[in-house]
Amino acid sequence: MTDPAREAAAEAAADAYPRIVAALIRITGDWTLAEDSAQEALATALARWPAAGVPANPGGWLMTVARNRALDVLKRASVERRKLQEVALLAEDASPGEPEEEIVDDRLRLIFTCCHPALPLEARVALTLRVICAVPTADIARAFLVSDSTMTRRITRAKAKIADAGIPYRVPAGPALTERLPGVLAVIYLLFTHGYDADGEPAFADEAIRLARLLSRLMPDQPEAAALLALCLLQHSRRAARRDADGGLVTLGDQDRSRWDRAAIGEALDLLARPAHAGPYALQAEIAACHATATSAADTDWRRIAERYDALARIAPSPVIELNRAVAHGYAHGPAAGLALLAAARAGGALDDYPLAVAAEAELTARDGDRERAAGLFREAAARVHGASERRALLDRADAL
Amino acid sequence: MRYMMFVCSDTEPDTDGADLPDIEAWVEENDAAGRRLLGNALAPISSATTVRVRNGELLVSDGPFAETKELILGFDLLDCADLDDAIEVARAHPMARSGRLEIRPLADFGQ
Repeated sequence: MTDPAREAAAEAAADAYPRIVAALIRITGDWTLAEDSAQEALATALARWPAAGVPANPGGWLMTVARNRALDVLKRASVERRKLQEVALLAEDASPGEPEEEIVDDRLRLIFTCCHPALPLEARVALTLRVICAVPTADIARAFLVSDSTMTRRITRAKAKIADAGIPYRVPAGPALTERLPGVLAVIYLLFTHGYDADGEPAFADEAIRLARLLSRLMPDQPEAAALLALCLLQHSRRAARRDADGGLVTLGDQDRSRWDRAAIGEALDLLARPAHAGPYALQAEIAACHATATSAADTDWRRIAERYDALARIAPSPVIELNRAVAHGYAHGPAAGLALLAAARAGGALDDYPLAVAAEAELTARDGDRERAAGLFREAAARVHGASERRALLDRADAL
Repeated sequence: MRYMMFVCSDTEPDTDGADLPDIEAWVEENDAAGRRLLGNALAPISSATTVRVRNGELLVSDGPFAETKELILGFDLLDCADLDDAIEVARAHPMARSGRLEIRPLADFGQ
């Protein structure tokens, strides 16, 4: 068993998994049966493929194994003949050369149902990870700092609500799609940031990118789906440069740009080269692209970034956007301009529980020349931040002044 | 699927009072489409009576059992294909803006 063989097997399996679960849910309406059957097929594949080789049509192979398993269970439960026949026909779906339409719809259906707004947000995230990405419940529980049994209950309750409340297994059409898509994108982005956060679960960032890529492929006429993928890719492109040798956080300005993932940046820039639109993810992706294409921190086009934040503050106002807008204006138009915007953003008290606002004030104050006050502010921010690596980075800044 | 829709007051109604839908038109449209099986507004909360039996003794008291700020003002029994359809019916109700609507499926013990 070589590692490349194992990797190829895992990659093929991960790609096929959501199709299989989605198709089995559509036909049987039984989420647990669908997941169990797909899981069992996956386990069989991961046991056999590394030694025997990945079959020519891995998706079809997995679908057949999963279908047979579901059929066995249904036969034992003696389910009506029509449903059995539908399941028996399933393997045909995964054979190459058949129309993609049906399968594509299945996976989209699954994403929209897992991200339905009638489910609590934390359940949407957990369900998406569990059902679509096949992440073990124990891993999800650990990442969200709850016990296994709490996470199991959360997922079970969400599935029960889908059945009991009559949440449809359907992609909304027309204006309803426009209303619901942002919620789906928000779940994927939340997943990404949870993976990307300093003390988060790195694997979730990969899962989020996989989902965003799937979504943007399945919904080519929704530019915000492609923009979300671009945003995730651009942030993810910096992952290797974000830590120093001791594991400490390196700020954007100090990162070794030769370690940024050029392939990811290239893919993102291609996505952003499509006809422009001014959705919230597109604007954030364009901001990230300004950083990604700057050859050095000093070379960054801060005026363009400040402009994009102005637009973001108009269409998707939030305290965090106002904070970042102040920082961008501080670079584009001088620290005094930044400090003025920051004071306005903090006036309402919405940033009181946000230590990074203090860190931003510290940074702007330092650049404005008041080193002593800046060092004090960096220490204040460090005392209030949660992550250990963030705290160390802030204390280092204070000491350097 | 059948859903009970509770029509409730809300402490934070929509501030935009423009184009408020007409309740008569809502009832007429959903009755005609077979989506509304029955429904009515309720008399003021001051007319409510609470009934309990404890240890064989009848306890009758004035008012609602629990004091809440959001009161049930009325109800509609809906028959919809699924939750998304029920949500669309609810959003078109004027009280979705001046109050709030709670949609809950009837329990199905037949399965």
